[in-house]
Amino acid sequence: MFSFIDSSKIFSITSKAPKYVFFIFIIVLFIGLIEALVLSPKDYIQSHSVRIMYVHVPSAWISVGIFSIIGILSFGSIIFKNKNFSIISKSLAPSGLVFNIIALVTGSIWGKPTWGTWWAWDSRITSMAILCLFYLIYVLAWRIIEDKNRANQVTSLIAILGLINIPIIKFSVEWWSTLHQPSSIKLLEDSTIHSSMLIPLILMTAAFALFSLLIFLMKYNTEMIKIKNKGLDRL
Amino acid sequence: MYGKKVKLRILFLSSVILISVLTIFLILKSLEENVVYFKSPTEIKSITELDDKKIRVGGVVKEGSILTSSKKINFIITDYKNEINVSFIGAVPNLFAEGKGVVAEGFLKDRNFLTAEKILAKHDENYMPPEVKKALEDN
Repeated sequence: MFSFIDSSKIFSITSKAPKYVFFIFIIVLFIGLIEALVLSPKDYIQSHSVRIMYVHVPSAWISVGIFSIIGILSFGSIIFKNKNFSIISKSLAPSGLVFNIIALVTGSIWGKPTWGTWWAWDSRITSMAILCLFYLIYVLAWRIIEDKNRANQVTSLIAILGLINIPIIKFSVEWWSTLHQPSSIKLLEDSTIHSSMLIPLILMTAAFALFSLLIFLMKYNTEMIKIKNKGLDRL
Repeated sequence: MYGKKVKLRILFLSSVILISVLTIFLILKSLEENVVYFKSPTEIKSITELDDKKIRVGGVVKEGSILTSSKKINFIITDYKNEINVSFIGAVPNLFAEGKGVVAEGFLKDRNFLTAEKILAKHDENYMPPEVKKALEDN
Protein backbone atom coordinates (compact mmCIF):
# COMPACT_ATOMS: atom_id res chain seq x y z
CA MET A 1 0.00 0.00 0.00
CA PHE A 2 1.18 3.49 -0.90
CA SER A 3 4.33 2.15 -2.46
CA PHE A 4 3.73 4.66 -5.25
CA ILE A 5 4.73 7.35 -2.80
CA ASP A 6 8.44 6.96 -3.31
CA SER A 7 10.18 9.55 -1.22
CA SER A 8 13.25 9.94 -3.40
CA LYS A 9 11.09 10.68 -6.44
CA ILE A 10 9.05 13.14 -4.43
CA PHE A 11 12.19 14.86 -3.19
CA SER A 12 13.44 15.46 -6.71
CA ILE A 13 10.25 17.43 -7.35
CA THR A 14 9.89 19.19 -4.00
CA SER A 15 13.49 20.38 -3.98
CA LYS A 16 12.98 22.30 -7.20
CA ALA A 17 9.42 23.50 -6.58
CA PRO A 18 9.93 26.31 -3.98
CA LYS A 19 11.36 28.89 -6.37
CA TYR A 20 8.44 28.49 -8.79
CA VAL A 21 5.90 28.56 -5.97
CA PHE A 22 7.58 31.67 -4.57
CA PHE A 23 7.36 33.38 -7.97
CA ILE A 24 3.63 32.63 -8.38
CA PHE A 25 2.99 33.59 -4.74
CA ILE A 26 4.54 37.05 -5.21
CA ILE A 27 2.44 37.71 -8.33
CA VAL A 28 -0.83 36.53 -6.75
CA LEU A 29 -0.14 38.42 -3.50
CA PHE A 30 0.64 41.60 -5.45
CA ILE A 31 -2.60 41.46 -7.45
CA GLY A 32 -4.53 40.37 -4.35
CA LEU A 33 -3.24 43.28 -2.24
CA ILE A 34 -4.03 45.82 -4.95
CA GLU A 35 -7.55 44.39 -5.23
CA ALA A 36 -8.03 44.25 -1.46
CA LEU A 37 -6.56 47.64 -0.54
CA VAL A 38 -7.18 49.84 -3.59
CA LEU A 39 -9.65 48.52 -6.15
CA SER A 40 -12.32 46.90 -3.98
CA PRO A 41 -15.05 49.22 -2.65
CA LYS A 42 -15.71 50.05 0.98
CA ASP A 43 -18.59 48.34 2.72
CA TYR A 44 -21.98 50.08 3.07
CA ILE A 45 -22.00 49.78 6.85
CA GLN A 46 -18.51 49.04 8.17
CA SER A 47 -16.70 51.23 5.62
CA HIS A 48 -12.99 50.52 5.15
CA SER A 49 -12.62 48.04 8.02
CA VAL A 50 -14.08 45.46 5.63
CA ARG A 51 -10.53 45.22 4.24
CA ILE A 52 -9.45 43.37 7.38
CA MET A 53 -11.69 40.56 6.17
CA TYR A 54 -9.38 39.95 3.19
CA VAL A 55 -6.72 38.81 5.64
CA HIS A 56 -8.94 37.39 8.36
CA VAL A 57 -11.14 35.04 6.36
CA PRO A 58 -8.39 33.49 4.15
CA SER A 59 -6.21 32.93 7.24
CA ALA A 60 -9.05 31.19 9.04
CA TRP A 61 -9.83 29.02 6.00
CA ILE A 62 -6.20 28.05 5.53
CA SER A 63 -5.62 27.18 9.18
CA VAL A 64 -8.77 25.05 9.35
CA GLY A 65 -7.91 23.45 6.00
CA ILE A 66 -4.36 22.60 6.99
CA PHE A 67 -5.49 21.04 10.26
CA SER A 68 -8.02 18.92 8.36
CA ILE A 69 -5.26 17.64 6.08
CA ILE A 70 -3.00 16.92 9.07
CA GLY A 71 -5.82 15.06 10.81
CA ILE A 72 -6.64 12.92 7.78
CA LEU A 73 -2.97 12.16 7.06
CA SER A 74 -2.55 11.17 10.71
CA PHE A 75 -5.10 8.41 10.19
CA GLY A 76 -2.97 7.06 7.37
CA SER A 77 0.14 7.53 9.44
CA ILE A 78 -1.17 5.45 12.35
CA ILE A 79 -3.07 2.81 10.41
CA PHE A 80 -0.61 2.13 7.60
CA LYS A 81 2.56 3.23 9.43
CA ASN A 82 3.30 5.45 6.47
CA LYS A 83 6.30 7.59 7.36
CA ASN A 84 5.84 10.06 4.57
CA PHE A 85 2.38 11.04 5.88
CA SER A 86 3.81 12.01 9.23
CA ILE A 87 6.60 14.05 7.64
CA ILE A 88 4.06 15.88 5.49
CA SER A 89 1.88 16.54 8.55
CA LYS A 90 4.83 17.76 10.57
CA SER A 91 5.88 20.14 7.79
CA LEU A 92 2.35 21.51 7.33
CA ALA A 93 1.76 22.41 10.98
CA PRO A 94 3.83 25.64 11.38
CA SER A 95 2.05 27.59 8.61
CA GLY A 96 -1.31 26.38 9.91
CA LEU A 97 -0.45 27.64 13.38
CA VAL A 98 0.72 31.02 12.07
CA PHE A 99 -2.44 31.53 10.01
CA ASN A 100 -4.57 30.52 12.99
CA ILE A 101 -2.92 33.21 15.11
CA ILE A 102 -3.32 35.75 12.27
CA ALA A 103 -7.03 34.89 12.05
CA LEU A 104 -7.52 35.39 15.80
CA VAL A 105 -5.56 38.66 15.91
CA THR A 106 -7.16 40.23 12.82
CA GLY A 107 -10.58 39.13 14.06
CA SER A 108 -9.89 40.90 17.31
CA ILE A 109 -8.74 44.07 15.53
CA TRP A 110 -11.90 43.99 13.41
CA GLY A 111 -14.14 43.21 16.38
CA LYS A 112 -13.20 46.28 18.40
CA PRO A 113 -14.54 48.93 15.98
CA THR A 114 -17.41 46.79 14.66
CA TRP A 115 -18.78 44.83 17.60
CA GLY A 116 -17.38 47.05 20.32
CA THR A 117 -15.24 44.36 21.93
CA TRP A 118 -11.85 42.75 21.32
CA TRP A 119 -12.94 39.31 22.37
CA ALA A 120 -16.14 37.40 22.97
CA TRP A 121 -16.44 33.86 24.29
CA ASP A 122 -18.86 32.84 21.60
CA SER A 123 -18.65 29.36 20.12
CA ARG A 124 -16.94 30.33 16.84
CA ILE A 125 -14.17 32.34 18.48
CA THR A 126 -13.67 29.85 21.30
CA SER A 127 -13.48 26.87 18.95
CA MET A 128 -10.88 28.72 16.86
CA ALA A 129 -8.88 29.40 20.03
CA ILE A 130 -9.10 25.68 20.85
CA LEU A 131 -7.79 24.87 17.36
CA CYS A 132 -4.87 27.17 18.11
CA LEU A 133 -4.17 25.19 21.30
CA PHE A 134 -4.26 21.94 19.33
CA TYR A 135 -1.76 23.39 16.85
CA LEU A 136 0.49 24.46 19.71
CA ILE A 137 0.39 21.07 21.42
CA TYR A 138 0.93 19.37 18.07
CA VAL A 139 4.01 21.43 17.20
CA LEU A 140 5.38 21.18 20.74
CA ALA A 141 4.93 17.40 20.84
CA TRP A 142 7.11 17.04 17.75
CA ARG A 143 9.79 19.13 19.46
CA ILE A 144 9.65 17.67 22.95
CA ILE A 145 9.31 13.93 22.38
CA GLU A 146 12.73 12.55 21.46
CA ASP A 147 11.77 9.04 20.42
CA LYS A 148 10.74 9.22 16.75
CA ASN A 149 8.06 6.56 16.72
CA ARG A 150 6.60 7.80 19.95
CA ALA A 151 6.49 11.39 18.65
CA ASN A 152 4.78 10.17 15.51
CA GLN A 153 2.11 8.29 17.46
CA VAL A 154 1.44 11.06 19.96
CA THR A 155 1.20 13.83 17.37
CA SER A 156 -1.07 11.72 15.15
CA LEU A 157 -3.43 11.11 18.05
CA ILE A 158 -3.46 14.83 18.90
CA ALA A 159 -4.32 15.64 15.28
CA ILE A 160 -7.07 12.99 15.12
CA LEU A 161 -8.65 14.28 18.33
CA GLY A 162 -8.33 17.85 17.05
CA LEU A 163 -10.14 16.82 13.90
CA ILE A 164 -13.37 16.57 15.92
CA ASN A 165 -13.11 20.32 16.54
CA ILE A 166 -13.19 21.11 12.80
CA PRO A 167 -16.94 20.52 12.20
CA ILE A 168 -17.62 22.35 15.47
CA ILE A 169 -15.77 25.41 14.10
CA LYS A 170 -17.58 25.17 10.78
CA PHE A 171 -21.10 24.78 12.14
CA SER A 172 -20.75 26.74 15.41
CA VAL A 173 -22.40 29.78 13.81
CA GLU A 174 -25.39 27.67 12.81
CA TRP A 175 -25.81 25.45 15.86
CA TRP A 176 -25.61 28.15 18.50
CA SER A 177 -26.29 31.86 18.71
CA THR A 178 -22.97 33.63 18.28
CA LEU A 179 -21.68 37.16 18.04
CA HIS A 180 -19.71 36.07 14.98
CA GLN A 181 -21.68 36.38 11.76
CA PRO A 182 -22.71 33.23 9.86
CA SER A 183 -20.90 32.20 6.66
CA SER A 184 -21.35 34.52 3.70
CA ILE A 185 -20.27 31.87 1.24
CA LYS A 186 -22.28 28.69 1.18
CA LEU A 187 -22.02 25.69 -1.06
CA LEU A 188 -25.60 25.50 -2.25
CA GLU A 189 -26.81 29.07 -1.88
CA ASP A 190 -25.85 32.39 -3.42
CA SER A 191 -23.11 34.09 -1.46
CA THR A 192 -24.15 37.19 0.47
CA ILE A 193 -20.94 38.98 -0.34
CA HIS A 194 -20.83 41.28 -3.34
CA SER A 195 -18.72 40.05 -6.28
CA SER A 196 -16.44 43.12 -6.12
CA MET A 197 -15.47 41.96 -2.61
CA LEU A 198 -15.37 38.29 -3.49
CA ILE A 199 -12.52 38.77 -6.00
CA PRO A 200 -9.94 40.08 -3.48
CA LEU A 201 -11.10 37.46 -0.99
CA ILE A 202 -10.41 34.62 -3.43
CA LEU A 203 -7.11 36.15 -4.57
CA MET A 204 -5.88 36.56 -1.00
CA THR A 205 -6.92 32.99 -0.20
CA ALA A 206 -4.90 31.79 -3.19
CA ALA A 207 -1.92 33.89 -2.06
CA PHE A 208 -2.04 32.51 1.49
CA ALA A 209 -2.44 28.96 0.19
CA LEU A 210 0.63 29.43 -2.00
CA PHE A 211 2.56 30.85 0.95
CA SER A 212 1.60 27.82 3.05
CA LEU A 213 2.68 25.56 0.20
CA LEU A 214 6.02 27.38 0.03
CA ILE A 215 6.69 27.08 3.76
CA PHE A 216 5.53 23.46 3.64
CA LEU A 217 7.93 22.62 0.80
CA MET A 218 10.85 24.24 2.60
CA LYS A 219 10.04 22.40 5.84
CA TYR A 220 9.51 19.15 3.97
CA ASN A 221 12.84 19.43 2.15
CA THR A 222 14.60 20.14 5.44
CA GLU A 223 13.04 17.02 6.97
CA MET A 224 14.13 14.99 3.94
CA ILE A 225 17.70 16.23 4.19
CA LYS A 226 17.69 15.44 7.92
CA ILE A 227 16.63 11.87 7.16
CA LYS A 228 19.27 11.49 4.46
CA ASN A 229 22.03 12.71 6.74
CA LYS A 230 21.16 10.74 9.84
CA GLY A 231 22.43 12.40 12.96
CA LEU A 232 21.60 15.86 11.73
CA ASP A 233 18.18 15.08 13.03
CA ARG A 234 18.54 16.67 16.42
CA LEU A 235 20.62 19.72 17.12
CA MET B 1 -6.36 -7.60 2.09
CA TYR B 2 -4.85 -5.84 5.11
CA GLY B 3 -2.92 -7.51 7.87
CA LYS B 4 -4.35 -8.24 11.27
CA LYS B 5 -2.40 -5.38 12.84
CA VAL B 6 -3.79 -2.84 10.38
CA LYS B 7 -7.34 -3.98 11.17
CA LEU B 8 -6.60 -3.71 14.88
CA ARG B 9 -5.32 -0.17 14.47
CA ILE B 10 -8.41 0.80 12.44
CA LEU B 11 -10.61 -0.63 15.18
CA PHE B 12 -8.61 1.20 17.87
CA LEU B 13 -8.77 4.55 16.09
CA SER B 14 -12.47 4.29 15.27
CA SER B 15 -13.32 3.52 18.88
CA VAL B 16 -11.16 6.45 20.07
CA ILE B 17 -12.98 8.75 17.63
CA LEU B 18 -16.40 7.38 18.51
CA ILE B 19 -15.88 7.76 22.25
CA SER B 20 -14.43 11.26 21.95
CA VAL B 21 -17.20 12.46 19.64
CA LEU B 22 -19.80 11.09 22.03
CA THR B 23 -18.10 12.67 25.04
CA ILE B 24 -17.82 16.05 23.36
CA PHE B 25 -21.39 15.86 22.14
CA LEU B 26 -22.67 15.15 25.64
CA ILE B 27 -20.53 17.90 27.18
CA LEU B 28 -21.73 20.46 24.63
CA LYS B 29 -25.31 19.29 25.06
CA SER B 30 -25.22 19.72 28.82
CA LEU B 31 -23.45 23.05 28.53
CA GLU B 32 -25.80 24.37 25.84
CA GLU B 33 -26.98 27.13 28.18
CA ASN B 34 -23.45 28.48 28.26
CA VAL B 35 -22.42 27.70 24.69
CA VAL B 36 -25.03 30.03 23.25
CA TYR B 37 -23.69 33.58 23.32
CA PHE B 38 -27.06 35.24 23.83
CA LYS B 39 -30.74 34.51 24.27
CA SER B 40 -33.57 35.84 22.17
CA PRO B 41 -36.41 37.86 23.72
CA THR B 42 -38.68 34.83 23.19
CA GLU B 43 -36.34 32.67 25.24
CA ILE B 44 -36.27 35.32 27.96
CA LYS B 45 -40.08 35.25 28.11
CA SER B 46 -40.04 31.54 28.77
CA ILE B 47 -37.59 31.72 31.69
CA THR B 48 -39.35 30.38 34.73
CA GLU B 49 -37.06 31.76 37.39
CA LEU B 50 -35.37 35.12 37.20
CA ASP B 51 -32.00 35.26 38.94
CA ASP B 52 -29.42 37.96 39.49
CA LYS B 53 -26.95 36.54 37.02
CA LYS B 54 -25.61 38.57 34.14
CA ILE B 55 -27.35 37.70 30.91
CA ARG B 56 -26.99 38.51 27.21
CA VAL B 57 -29.99 39.24 25.04
CA GLY B 58 -29.66 39.40 21.29
CA GLY B 59 -31.90 40.37 18.43
CA VAL B 60 -32.66 43.30 16.19
CA VAL B 61 -33.00 46.92 17.34
CA LYS B 62 -36.65 47.74 16.64
CA GLU B 63 -37.19 50.49 14.06
CA GLY B 64 -38.00 53.82 15.69
CA SER B 65 -37.39 52.55 19.20
CA ILE B 66 -34.11 54.31 20.05
CA LEU B 67 -34.60 57.10 22.56
CA THR B 68 -31.56 59.06 23.66
CA SER B 69 -31.59 61.44 26.58
CA SER B 70 -28.53 63.28 27.94
CA LYS B 71 -26.67 60.14 28.98
CA LYS B 72 -29.11 57.31 28.86
CA ILE B 73 -30.13 55.40 25.81
CA ASN B 74 -33.30 53.31 25.61
CA PHE B 75 -34.27 50.92 22.86
CA ILE B 76 -36.18 47.73 22.17
CA ILE B 77 -34.66 44.42 21.10
CA THR B 78 -37.02 42.34 19.02
CA ASP B 79 -36.93 38.93 17.38
CA TYR B 80 -40.16 39.80 15.53
CA LYS B 81 -42.11 37.65 17.98
CA ASN B 82 -41.31 39.13 21.34
CA GLU B 83 -39.66 42.30 22.52
CA ILE B 84 -37.56 43.43 25.42
CA ASN B 85 -36.81 46.97 26.61
CA VAL B 86 -33.19 47.88 27.21
CA SER B 87 -31.70 50.87 28.98
CA PHE B 88 -28.01 51.64 28.81
CA ILE B 89 -25.63 54.35 29.97
CA GLY B 90 -22.47 54.77 27.94
CA ALA B 91 -21.13 54.75 24.41
CA VAL B 92 -22.59 52.38 21.83
CA PRO B 93 -20.49 50.86 19.02
CA ASN B 94 -20.51 52.53 15.59
CA LEU B 95 -22.60 49.81 14.00
CA PHE B 96 -25.39 50.15 16.53
CA ALA B 97 -28.45 51.24 14.54
CA GLU B 98 -32.16 50.63 14.12
CA GLY B 99 -32.95 47.49 12.18
CA LYS B 100 -29.48 46.04 12.85
CA GLY B 101 -28.38 43.16 15.05
CA VAL B 102 -27.43 43.86 18.65
CA VAL B 103 -26.37 41.98 21.78
CA ALA B 104 -27.00 43.61 25.15
CA GLU B 105 -25.27 42.31 28.27
CA GLY B 106 -26.68 43.15 31.67
CA PHE B 107 -29.21 42.28 34.34
CA LEU B 108 -32.89 41.52 33.92
CA LYS B 109 -35.26 43.64 35.97
CA ASP B 110 -38.19 41.57 34.83
CA ARG B 111 -39.06 39.64 31.68
CA ASN B 112 -39.59 42.87 29.76
CA PHE B 113 -36.75 45.03 30.94
CA LEU B 114 -32.97 44.73 30.83
CA THR B 115 -30.48 47.12 32.37
CA ALA B 116 -27.47 46.77 30.10
CA GLU B 117 -23.85 47.22 31.07
CA LYS B 118 -22.45 46.57 27.64
CA ILE B 119 -23.84 46.91 24.13
CA LEU B 120 -22.32 44.95 21.26
CA ALA B 121 -23.31 45.48 17.65
CA LYS B 122 -23.78 42.35 15.61
CA HIS B 123 -22.68 42.34 12.01
CA ASP B 124 -24.64 40.19 9.60
CA GLU B 125 -23.26 38.12 6.73
CA ASN B 126 -24.03 40.73 4.06
CA TYR B 127 -21.16 42.62 2.48
CA MET B 128 -21.70 45.11 -0.33
CA PRO B 129 -20.55 48.51 -1.57
CA PRO B 130 -22.67 51.57 -0.61
CA GLU B 131 -23.86 52.05 -4.20
CA VAL B 132 -25.30 48.54 -4.33
CA LYS B 133 -27.05 49.08 -1.00
CA LYS B 134 -28.54 52.31 -2.32
CA ALA B 135 -29.70 50.62 -5.52
CA LEU B 136 -31.31 47.85 -3.47
CA GLU B 137 -33.14 50.39 -1.32
CA ASP B 138 -34.36 52.35 -4.32
CA ASN B 139 -36.01 49.29 -5.77
